[in-house]
Amino acid sequence: MTKKTLNGAESLIKCLENHGVEHIFGYPGGAAIPIFDAIYDSSIKLILVRHEQGATHMADGYARATGKPGVVLVTSGPGATNTVTGLLTANMDSVPMIVICGQQITPVLGKDAFQEADVFGITAPVVKHSYLVKDPNDIPRIVKESFFISATGRPGPVLIDVPKDVSSSPCTTNIDDCDMDLPGFSKPEKPSIKDIKKLANTIKGSKKPLLLIGHGVIISQAHKQVLALAEKLGAPVTSTLLGMGGFPENHSLSVGFLGMHGTAYANKAVAECDLIFSIGSRWDDRITPAKIERFCPGAKKCHIDIDPAEINKILVPDASCVGDAKLILESLIPMVEPLDTKDWLKKTQKNKKKYPLSYKIHGGLKAQHVIDELCKLTNGDATVTTDVGQHQMWTAQFYNFKRPEQWITSGGAGTMGFGFPAAIGAQFGQPEQTVIAICGDGGFQMTLFELSTAVIHKLPIKIVIIDNKYLGMVRQWQELFFDDRLSGVDMVGNPDFVKLAKSYGAKAFRIKRPADVKKVLKQALDYNEGPCVIHAEVIKQDNVFPMVPAGAAAEDMIISRPTTKLQKPKGST
Amino acid sequence: MPKTSITREDSHTISLFVANKPGVLLRICLVFSRRGFNIESLVVSPAIDGRFSRMTITANGDKNVLEQIIKQCAKLIDVVHASEHDSSYSIEQEFALIKVRLKPKNRSEILQLVQHVQGESIDFSDNTLILKIVGESKKIDTCITMLEPYGILEMVRSGKMVITKGKSET
Repeated sequence: MTKKTLNGAESLIKCLENHGVEHIFGYPGGAAIPIFDAIYDSSIKLILVRHEQGATHMADGYARATGKPGVVLVTSGPGATNTVTGLLTANMDSVPMIVICGQQITPVLGKDAFQEADVFGITAPVVKHSYLVKDPNDIPRIVKESFFISATGRPGPVLIDVPKDVSSSPCTTNIDDCDMDLPGFSKPEKPSIKDIKKLANTIKGSKKPLLLIGHGVIISQAHKQVLALAEKLGAPVTSTLLGMGGFPENHSLSVGFLGMHGTAYANKAVAECDLIFSIGSRWDDRITPAKIERFCPGAKKCHIDIDPAEINKILVPDASCVGDAKLILESLIPMVEPLDTKDWLKKTQKNKKKYPLSYKIHGGLKAQHVIDELCKLTNGDATVTTDVGQHQMWTAQFYNFKRPEQWITSGGAGTMGFGFPAAIGAQFGQPEQTVIAICGDGGFQMTLFELSTAVIHKLPIKIVIIDNKYLGMVRQWQELFFDDRLSGVDMVGNPDFVKLAKSYGAKAFRIKRPADVKKVLKQALDYNEGPCVIHAEVIKQDNVFPMVPAGAAAEDMIISRPTTKLQKPKGST
Repeated sequence: MPKTSITREDSHTISLFVANKPGVLLRICLVFSRRGFNIESLVVSPAIDGRFSRMTITANGDKNVLEQIIKQCAKLIDVVHASEHDSSYSIEQEFALIKVRLKPKNRSEILQLVQHVQGESIDFSDNTLILKIVGESKKIDTCITMLEPYGILEMVRSGKMVITKGKSET
C-alpha cells in the first residue's frame, strides 16, 4: 500500500501530535482552513475560542499550569495581530507557547492582499523566535525547532507563519526523523563550579541574608532546592509576584512577596538585609528603585539566572552564576554552612507580627475578605489566575500559595483580560484541580466572551469578579498622587454580571454583604457542572497597602492610607 | 572632526556571525532601536560558509547599554556569536568614495593630497573628481577634513569592517 503524501497542513498537525499536543486553542479564517481541515482527522482537541487574544491567554495558562508549551492556531491578518498582546504577555513572563498563523499565499505576500499582514515583522519584538514557512518540506524541522526553542533555557513564545499555498502543497520530508538546524541557539550553559564556589563564598559570614525567588524557581522546578537552601542557611525567603508558589508561604522562613504592594515585612527585610540572593528573578522595576544604588544599600548581591543577558542588566552582583536554578542550587547547598541568623530571624518574625497584612471585615464588603475566605475554603490548594490591578495585588497578599504552577498571573506585561482565559487553559492542563479566576470588573470585560468557551466545555472554573465599579489601581494613583482628580476610571455602565453569566448558560452567584461571603463561596466551590461567576460587589473606595511608590526604595513604603498629600512618584509607572 | 565621523569617543564596533536568513537583520535592528540606539554603520556580507553572514556594526552610546545590546543580540536564535572588537587584536578597515568639486586652480593640490593619503582618483569630469580611499576610519575622517575646504559634493562610506588578527576567529 502506498503511503498517502501529506500536505503541509497535515504534516504540521501530525508533527504537533508527535510532540504530545493534546489541545489547540484556535479560531479559523480563510488562510488557516487547510490547517483546520487537517485537525478534523486528528487526535488533538480543538478548543474554539471567541477571540484570538483569548486563545493566547488560554495557551499561556495551560503552559504555566503544565510546564508544556501551549499551542494556538489562528488565521492571517487580524487573526494574527490579535495574538500580539498574548505573545507579549508570554514573552515578558517567559512562558513556552507556539502560535501558528495562517498566512496569505506566498506570491501575494507584500502586495496588500486580503487579510495579509506582515506578521513576522509585527510580532518580531514580542517573540523568542519566529518563522515564515516558504517550503512545506521545512515544516517538520520548524515544528521540532519551535518546541525545542520555546521550552529550552529561558522559555518563550515561538510564532510560525504558514502561507496557505505552503499548507496546501505536498510535504515529502519524513516527519518522524528530521534534524534541527540551530547553529545560533545557545544551549543553557552547564553551571560553572567556579561561579558556584564564589556564590558560596559571598554567602559566607552573612548575618542578615535574604533569598529572593523569582519565576525561574517555578520554571526550573527548583522549589525543593530553595527550601533546602533556606533551611540550611536559616535565611528568610521573599518572592517576586511570579515566584509565589516557589516557597510555601506558611513556612516560618517565608516573608511573602516584595515590591510595590508586597508585604511590609518583606520590604523591611529588603531594606535591612546584608545579602540578597536572587534565584531566577530579574530585579524588575516593581521590586527595585529607579536609583538602583538605593536597592539593599550595603548588601551583597548574588544572582542566578539561566539567561546570561540578565546578569548585570539592572545591577552588577558580587557573585553570579548562569544556568538552571535547580542544578546550581544542588551544587551550592553542600558548599554552604548554616549562618548565624538568630537575631535576624527574630527581627523578621517581629516585623511579621508588627505589620501584618490586614483588613477590616466590617464596613462593607472587602475584596480582601472574599480572597481570604477563598483561600481558607480551598485550603490554599486551588490554582488561581488573575488580571492585573488591585484585585491581583490583594490575591497575592491574601491567597497563600504553597506549590509551583498554582499561581498564574500576568506579571511583566500586566495584561488586563488575562485571568479568565488563562484559567480556562489552566483547567484544561490541570483537570483535577479547582481553578479560580479572580478578575477585576475592568479586566473581566476585556475577555468575558470566553464564557462561551468555558460553558461549552463544562469547565468547572470559578470566576470571581471583584467589582468595585472602578479601574481601581489607576484610581488609587489618581487619589494618592493626582489630587483625587479621577479621570477615565469610572466603570459606570457595568453590566449585571449575574444576568450576563446566565445568558451564556453559566451558573452565577452574587455577594453583597460580608455575612454572605463564606456561604456563597461554599456554594460556588461545590458547583462543578460547569463554570460559575461569583459577582462580588465590593466597596468602591478601597486601596491596596502597603505601597512602595514607583521608583522609590523599600524604606519609603507607605504602610496604610496616608493623611497628607504625597509627591508624584518619579519612577516608571 | 567632520559631522560624518564614526570614530567618536563612545563609538563601539560589534561583530556578529549570523545565519544567512531573511529576518535576521530585522531582529538585530530591533535590539538597537528598542533602546533608542542609532546604528552608525552596518556591513553585511556572506561568510565563506554561505549559510552564514558576517556583520560589522558601529554604534555610539553608553558602554553598559551596549553590553546589554551585545548580550541581547547573542541571545537571538539566528545569531551564532556577537562581540565587541577593539583595534588591538583586530584589523578594522573602511572604504570610502568621495566626490570633490574640482577647480583648475586647486586641481594639482587635490591630486597631491590624494597621493599623500594613498587614495586613488577613479573618475574625472570637468569640475568633479571621485576618490577612492581605503583605511582605518580615522584616516578617512582625516581625509574628509582635509578635502572639506575644496567642497565635498557627495560621499559614500562602506562602514567599518573587522577581522581578528592571527588564527582566532572573528
